[in-house]
Amino acid sequence: MSDAGTSNTPGSNAISIRDLVVDYGPRRILSDVDLDIPMGQIMVIMGQSGAGKTTLLRCMLGLKKPTSGSINILGTDIATAKQRDINKVRKQIGVAFQGGALFSSMSVAENIQLALREHTNLDEKTIEIMTRIKLDMVNMLAAENLMPAELSGGMTKRAALARAIIMDPKLLFFDEPSAGLDPSTAADLDQLIITLKNTMRMTIIVVTHELDSIFKIADHIAVVSAGRILATGTPQEITASTDPEIQGMLKRKPRETIIDTDAHLARLVGGQA
Amino acid sequence: MLNAIESLGANIIASLERTGRTCNLLLIVLWELLQPPYRLYPIIKQMYFIGARSLMLIVVSGVTIGMVLGLQFYNILERFGSVDLLGSGVALSVIRELGPVMTALMVVGRAGSSITAELGIMRITEQVDALECMAVSPHKFLIGPKLIAGLLSVPLLTAVFDFVALFGGYFVGVVMFGIGEGSYMNGMIDAVEWSDVRLGLVKSLIFGLLVTLICCSRGFYMHLTKAGSQGAEGVSSATTDAVVLSSITVLFSDFLIGALI
Repeated sequence: MSDAGTSNTPGSNAISIRDLVVDYGPRRILSDVDLDIPMGQIMVIMGQSGAGKTTLLRCMLGLKKPTSGSINILGTDIATAKQRDINKVRKQIGVAFQGGALFSSMSVAENIQLALREHTNLDEKTIEIMTRIKLDMVNMLAAENLMPAELSGGMTKRAALARAIIMDPKLLFFDEPSAGLDPSTAADLDQLIITLKNTMRMTIIVVTHELDSIFKIADHIAVVSAGRILATGTPQEITASTDPEIQGMLKRKPRETIIDTDAHLARLVGGQA
Repeated sequence: MLNAIESLGANIIASLERTGRTCNLLLIVLWELLQPPYRLYPIIKQMYFIGARSLMLIVVSGVTIGMVLGLQFYNILERFGSVDLLGSGVALSVIRELGPVMTALMVVGRAGSSITAELGIMRITEQVDALECMAVSPHKFLIGPKLIAGLLSVPLLTAVFDFVALFGGYFVGVVMFGIGEGSYMNGMIDAVEWSDVRLGLVKSLIFGLLVTLICCSRGFYMHLTKAGSQGAEGVSSATTDAVVLSSITVLFSDFLIGALI
């Protein structure tokens, strides 16, 4: 796998985002986002639904062109890079989507093998062995020949993870790993993410709002709120934050309650937002 | 009144955007297909889906339409005492017009709708995004094989349709109404010229490309339209749109090609 021209040593940044602005039509989704993600660490991007986490992730994956700003991933600014350069970066990253995004017409094994078949000249035997190694890492060896429709939610996430790590990526993106899973399966997946970081020395970016998972796996946390990075730091630093919004998230408080009910009712009747 | 004009303008702009996207898609896919690696298996797989699995439908509809044509032509020609022209009438109608058009419409209904639904579902379930993130071109991986398969399958299916439709006409004329076999066959052979066969072939090639391209485009770009935010209902709506637009395009381009060639 080619190196896009960055240091892989701990201490350097795998991703540096500067002044990132993203608009969807007239709506501003992300404003002036600055974020550094250190190499070899697990960065959790947390925030409430609609805060802009997924848009930030899509920008980092090159799936959404930002309105302005830079996203430097492994030495390439993918906000301005040509498609060929973006693809060079993409060969060094793995992505596990929230719903798995497994190709429904292919078996689990075929899903996992796709990147190897497209980007390498490995022989069939080697591809099969590599597939089994990755499936074994995620405890999915028995599901090798199953179709995605035959998998449970947890199995789908594991299969998606096996597909994401088949090329031994430097960066692994994981969108909502615990969403829709029972606590036990979610805990297993959290442990798997930590194991991957330790054994494969990957930089892992997890987008989630599950507090239990966040404090179990995170080396660093970035809190996103209303399209801005509210705070970044270690789990201890975030816990110690005095910001009322962060404390609200950590204590699972509902969003700001309506104080003036009469005024709110008048707004609803008047059809105002 | 102003709202109606605004709405009309918005619809025209949206249609132009969709047409532009479809043309752009064709150019991107053609460019990507020229880049290595070249793979035959996905094309064969799509030819099986678009071509082989449509075969029975084509055979049944071809025989039926041939028989209906035979029946109608016989009734008309009998009035003028010219039933010997039945073979040439059926052959020219099938080879020049009905073969390519009906085959394309059948392919739209059977395979085109599936193509749009498949790509639309892949789009809304992030499977297309997953391909992009794996640095695999979705244009080449998903659309390229479908486009080539459509381009090759529709002419082949048209040939099958033509053959069985001529047989249907033969059955009605010769077996049912007792026209001489030699008269039917000679009329057919004398009337059909190479230019008629060429016209049918050109039409089927163009229809194959248009139908596959429109159906692929509607599914692949579903996220850029209103249907993209409507989940399963959006897929259904995109599929219906693709079938309607493909059918109209086939009929209109049939007229255009007929007028130009």
